[in-house]
Amino acid sequence: MIRTFYDEMYDAGGLVRPHYREFARWLGETPPELLAQRRREADLLFHRAGITFTLYGDEQGTERLIPFDTIPRSIPASEWRIVERGCIQRVKALNMFLADLYHDQRIIKAGIIPAEQVLANEQYQLAMQGLNLHRDIYSHISGVDLVRDGDGTYYVLEDNLRTPSGVSYMLEDRKMMMRLFPELFAAQRIAPIDHYPNLLLDTLKSSSPIDNPSVVVLTPGRFNSAFFEHAFLAREMGVELVEGADLFVRDDRVFMRTTDGPKAVDVIYRRLDDAFLDPLAFNPDSMLGVPGLLSAYRSGNVVLANAIGTGVADDKSVYPYVTDMIRFYLDEEPILKNVPTWQCRKPEELSHVLANLSELVVKETQGSGGYGMLVGPAASAAEIESFRARLKAKPHAYIAQPTLCLSTCPTFVENGIAPRHIDLRPFVLSGRETRVVPGGLTRVALREGSLVVNSSQGGGTKDTWVVED
Amino acid sequence: MLSRTASDLYWMSRYLERAENLARMLDVSYSLSLMPQDGRGDGLDEIAMPLLITGTLDAYLERHGELHAERLLHFFALDASNPASIYSCLGAARASAHAVRGRITADMWENINATWLEIRGIADQGLSRYGMSRFCEWVKERSHLFRGATYGTIMRHDAFRFIRLGTFIERADNTLRMLDARYEMLEVLGKNTEVVSDSSAHGYYQWSALLRALSSFEAYTELYRGSPGARQVAELLLLRADIPRSLRACLEEIDQILASLPGVNGRPAQRLAAELDARLRYTDIDEILDEGLHGWLNEFIPLVAQLGNAIHTSYLEAA
Repeated sequence: MIRTFYDEMYDAGGLVRPHYREFARWLGETPPELLAQRRREADLLFHRAGITFTLYGDEQGTERLIPFDTIPRSIPASEWRIVERGCIQRVKALNMFLADLYHDQRIIKAGIIPAEQVLANEQYQLAMQGLNLHRDIYSHISGVDLVRDGDGTYYVLEDNLRTPSGVSYMLEDRKMMMRLFPELFAAQRIAPIDHYPNLLLDTLKSSSPIDNPSVVVLTPGRFNSAFFEHAFLAREMGVELVEGADLFVRDDRVFMRTTDGPKAVDVIYRRLDDAFLDPLAFNPDSMLGVPGLLSAYRSGNVVLANAIGTGVADDKSVYPYVTDMIRFYLDEEPILKNVPTWQCRKPEELSHVLANLSELVVKETQGSGGYGMLVGPAASAAEIESFRARLKAKPHAYIAQPTLCLSTCPTFVENGIAPRHIDLRPFVLSGRETRVVPGGLTRVALREGSLVVNSSQGGGTKDTWVVED
Repeated sequence: MLSRTASDLYWMSRYLERAENLARMLDVSYSLSLMPQDGRGDGLDEIAMPLLITGTLDAYLERHGELHAERLLHFFALDASNPASIYSCLGAARASAHAVRGRITADMWENINATWLEIRGIADQGLSRYGMSRFCEWVKERSHLFRGATYGTIMRHDAFRFIRLGTFIERADNTLRMLDARYEMLEVLGKNTEVVSDSSAHGYYQWSALLRALSSFEAYTELYRGSPGARQVAELLLLRADIPRSLRACLEEIDQILASLPGVNGRPAQRLAAELDARLRYTDIDEILDEGLHGWLNEFIPLVAQLGNAIHTSYLEAA
């Protein structure tokens, strides 16, 4: 089967697309030795700054650098405006869906989503039923993963409404590009993104009914893979970075332990999964959470961002219904497309999937981070057979999608520059208003032909430009 | 400030200061071990001295059995499995900094992270290839750099105060121990004479090596204009407020820092610091020597530890 890929920089005739012309001219004029030297400099700077992530399943808990590629991913501003509107529309609908789900459940009554799909879902939190949240916002910080198919159409691959990560790399990549190649930023208008932490703090503050609330970032600790990001965001916002043991609940109020005695906490930007938040209410073995937190939350004395129970809306088994949600709640046509999805829990769709395994991508409905998925065209016969057995045993735990021809972007590889597959994760902030900083995090699959961009699977990142055209 | 954050900042600087002090100990012992030993063996006693001071000699003997110069040096400086080695101290300092990297400036973090990356490279090479003196100089230099980055960049608020608190508690303890160790060494050497023989060549080298290790040699010559002796060295390192590594200077700093911290949690620590500071302020060296220097020092070392514990319960574990 011959696949055609959409390349971000070159059109089908091999000509440089208009929004990359300035960059291509610069690339042609810059001696390769200088580029190589700057790339080494970038590695050194990232290493010195300790911009790392920790790999799970690695005994030593080694801190790794996320490979950074110096060729940016560039998006023309006119195109970006559509993506931006699409992301905002989608997140608005998802927040309305969550509010509905935990209150009247109109969408179920209207027969648009089958009740068992959401109510029997592990991520559905009974504790959230009937609880009113300020501004009805559940997912304050959302990441929308986008890919482009062969003809350049944007598709939403998945929504991330729990604790989406990666924004620190978006910001650090930009800082690095501006440090290494300032001339590029002088030559054209590239939309700035540095104000993201400001917007984030504003969003978190507006999530509380209190005036000037006290905000903290809650991290699982320094051994978490995204600890760098937690510390980074706390520092950029100028708020405390706390671990569970730094907080305690008294009379349904949350306090942090300080050198000056207890201090009240009003908003918790938590980077901890629901299950670990409160050992009294969820996983009793959790050492990371705060006993009594759920009770304080239900009393309305503290805001959690994101809310508990958002996972039910970004579950891959709910994903196929998001376009219907947009129509139902907003009475609008979806701006961004969903990838066609087969739900293996439906017998007729399962048999289609089983018959076409070698061409499909199969994912666990609850999986993330690129763990536990099958990329049919790249898999060996043995891998396919093992997945076939898992599918038959637990069909409801899987969905399948066609293998998309993920767009490519020129990338520095061992011997020169070659196209590699990329995706895009814009970050959507929902508070008084819903906002997105221009661009997002571009992840790149560094192995030739690979479609898996997750950093835990050897993916790298690129600076993402929205260029005025 | 969060108690845990304060604790991490405090231990970050304590461990870094400790690494620096270990390097200072190592430096003085190594250079003295190269001196002619007058039939007192091969300088191994000198090289074992830093382990004796830090109470790690038993751990060494358990692992290696006998004294062996190269193994002693490696164990003390670069052995990752020795929790008290310079390597481990720098690792612990960096781990604490990592936990609070949101509360220290980028300059500070990059500095301490680079130190950690570099010592791992040095450990790969081994001490003999890198060079002993060069290594001690390197550790001191990294500590100086970090302190410079701290003074030059961090906001003057509680984070800065807890960082300095860690430095001075560690330094006070170190100065006491190093002085005691040198004094004991001289007593052993001069065990047949009643008074420690200051004028002997050994006395000269012991005291001047100690002064150099504590970067106080220049101050000594300026203040006393004579060859170093126990009385003057003890006065300089214990009672003079204008010597940055003296006990008095450390306690004065600790006293002031504690007094400037907000809240009422800290009263026990504040009181103890003020008492110790006053004790040094209103004593003179003759009083100390009358009591016996060794006895006096060994009474003071636990008091500094007690102050450290009071700081812990008052601020770092507070609820």
